[in-house]
Amino acid sequence: MIREFQHGTKALPSNLPCRLIKVGAVEWRQIAQRVRTDGGRLLTLWGADDRDRDGRYRVYAAYLNANGVDVIEHEMDGGARPVYPSLCEFFPSSLRMERTVFDLLGIRSMEPDQRGWLRHGGWSESAFPLRRDFESNSQSAAVSEPYPFVQVEGDGVHEIPVGPVHAGTIEPGHFRFSVVGEKVLRLEERLGYTHKGVEKRFEQLPLEEGHRLAARISGDSAVAYSWAYCAALESITSADCPPRALQLRALALEHERMANHLGDLGALGNDAGFAFGLTHFSRMKEDLLRTNQACFGARYLMDFIVPGGVVSDLPAHAHRLLLDRYRTIEAGTASMRNTYDNHAGVQDRFRETGVLSPELAWNLDATGLAARASGIPHDLRADCPWPPYDKLKPKVSTQPSGDVAARAAVRFDEIVESLRICRALAGGLAGGSVRNAIAEAAPGLLGIGVIEAWRGPVLIALETGPGGSIRRCHPHDPSWQNWPLLEFAILGNLVPDFPLINKSFNLSYSGQDV
Amino acid sequence: MAFVWQFAEVILAIALAPLFVGWIAQCRAWMQSRSAPPLTQQYRMLRKLFSKDVALAQNASPLFRAAPYVLFATMVLAAAIIPSVVTDLPFARAADAIALIGLFATARVFQSLAAMDIGTSFGSLGARREMMVGFLAEPAILMVFFNAFLLFGTTDLTSLVDNHASHPSVIDPSVIFAAIAFVMVLLAENARIPIDNPATHLELTMIHEAMVLEYSARHLALVEWASSLKLFNYACIGIALFLPWGIAMHGEHMGAVLLALAALIVKLALCGAGLAMIETLSAKLRIFRAPEFLAMAFLVAVLGLLVHLLLGANPNA
Repeated sequence: MIREFQHGTKALPSNLPCRLIKVGAVEWRQIAQRVRTDGGRLLTLWGADDRDRDGRYRVYAAYLNANGVDVIEHEMDGGARPVYPSLCEFFPSSLRMERTVFDLLGIRSMEPDQRGWLRHGGWSESAFPLRRDFESNSQSAAVSEPYPFVQVEGDGVHEIPVGPVHAGTIEPGHFRFSVVGEKVLRLEERLGYTHKGVEKRFEQLPLEEGHRLAARISGDSAVAYSWAYCAALESITSADCPPRALQLRALALEHERMANHLGDLGALGNDAGFAFGLTHFSRMKEDLLRTNQACFGARYLMDFIVPGGVVSDLPAHAHRLLLDRYRTIEAGTASMRNTYDNHAGVQDRFRETGVLSPELAWNLDATGLAARASGIPHDLRADCPWPPYDKLKPKVSTQPSGDVAARAAVRFDEIVESLRICRALAGGLAGGSVRNAIAEAAPGLLGIGVIEAWRGPVLIALETGPGGSIRRCHPHDPSWQNWPLLEFAILGNLVPDFPLINKSFNLSYSGQDV
Repeated sequence: MAFVWQFAEVILAIALAPLFVGWIAQCRAWMQSRSAPPLTQQYRMLRKLFSKDVALAQNASPLFRAAPYVLFATMVLAAAIIPSVVTDLPFARAADAIALIGLFATARVFQSLAAMDIGTSFGSLGARREMMVGFLAEPAILMVFFNAFLLFGTTDLTSLVDNHASHPSVIDPSVIFAAIAFVMVLLAENARIPIDNPATHLELTMIHEAMVLEYSARHLALVEWASSLKLFNYACIGIALFLPWGIAMHGEHMGAVLLALAALIVKLALCGAGLAMIETLSAKLRIFRAPEFLAMAFLVAVLGLLVHLLLGANPNA
């Protein structure tokens, strides 16, 4: 696809087909344009400070094309004001990532919106935590800084600031509504309140410990993150993961998907004032979590996946437990779907609320579940399957309408499909061990792990340092692409419908703020 | 003697109101297959709130501090007018059903003003929505009372109940329309599903909760107590209008009063279960459906009037 740029191309270790292409500033933009017109998508964008090695800064963009992942590398002189061309023109979702790269590394994109994204006055404007010369244990007093929200003017227009502290126990985020009456004219999000320096922390960990931090980036995607990390590390060290371990990982990933979908469907009912839905879905979710505890040794599957395999095999009676649980979930979900579909009040709240049209979804780089609910059939498990998904042939469910009802319907469909996958996995488990030792990694290697989590593709870019250390690790959450969608899906809706629309996307704060 | 009954009835209302709210919460929990909070949960919450220190916003005016007392006082006064156990209430002569609506409106105005007093966006948001619901609900409840007036020739609640309870054989079809309209207004006026959600933590969807977000400690306790009294009062109005049988009439004795008390408790328990059932079965309406909902209540009440006039079934004629 990017044939004319192939002069600096080499293969990268990854669980998907993956190439690294080194380019200059002009090609950096040309490639973005080409990927856009060819129907590819931007997976993530990150930067690195390599001044200690060769006096340069680097910025990377990872694209997903029909034939795999292309990582584009662009290097800059390590001078006082390193800049690179912005990708926002082709991929609007890169704006917040570019603003974050500046906050953390001081490399500026040539994009007019130069407001910070996640610094929030937490450290000095001239300090950049991800630079090599930054003292990670240095303390600086947080200063409250003004943030220029875009103002809407007009007769009867007023602003409602919401958050970051909410009336319920939820993650912090600030939403600035400009409304007239109850109708939303504009929404601007401000996130970054849960920034905790995960990327810097990675650099102090040995390679074989990193998966534990990865699992904690966004607790609801622990399996996906730890798998992505392990996939990156295993491809760097050319380690072989036993087939049984791969199947158990996929089983865990599908359990994670189902648990989140069950939780979300209940919460969607609750936000529509239908608490009956919440109690029944919560019960099913809890049953599944207890099955996780019994079969995998952890309710939310933290630390189940380790480099080289999984931490433990299933207990002897697991097969029976799993099949029983799948049967109850299948019956319960089908009956609740029937209840939701036939409840006039719930359907009135769900349908035509928070509509994200397929065109808009495509133009805004929607990814994962939100994209599928707007008719874009993206699912890495089917588009670009990695083992064991190459044998499972997952069916991608999409909905054309892009409203809350569509996002609920995709969740229902995916639970059914996950149950099919789980049964296939549980019925055809390979024999053998569940964990192989992995070799010591050579320094200076970049590896990529990409896993389709329940929200969308999770990516970990891992660079090894000397002596089994992590030189750089960049985790990417699909929420980066999907948070901006919410600003558009809410337009023209009523203020009290926002919680419902927000819940239908259910994006991660922690995973994006890292 | 009448003053003793009057006093006892007010105390009864104040004491029973949190229990009634607790009972509804319990029924709702059962119907949603959750384990229920104890019946006394509301009392425990009130005790907790009364023992806390008040946190006040710096720019709170005396109005903000006075509003909880005004709210509580108006609801107590309303309880004094509504015949729940006995009809021999001296206070009731001072105000009829229409004045009662005025009393509820007074409470609403104070609560809305207090909500806007601090100047937070949620307070004004809630106040705005509350006024919208309120001014749509009032005509509907007036129509319900006119319906009763046509049937029993009075808007004075105690004489109305006397008239009604002494003609137990009369069931006018218009009463059914009025009862449906009344339940719809009750749900809207008391911040219940489908208009508002008393259990929500989502500040953007709140109506009543948004107005009281800034209150704490004893102020919050009074506001909560007042709103449970309001629900209790509404339930008692409904019982007085539509199920008055068993109430102790003028000049009856202790035995009748005890019987009336037992009847009231049974009726309240049934009403509470019914309310919980409605709340469990319905989802919350979009806020712009609220006017349709209340217009429907108004329409049903007017239909009741029409049915009554067309059938000409006036037992007193």
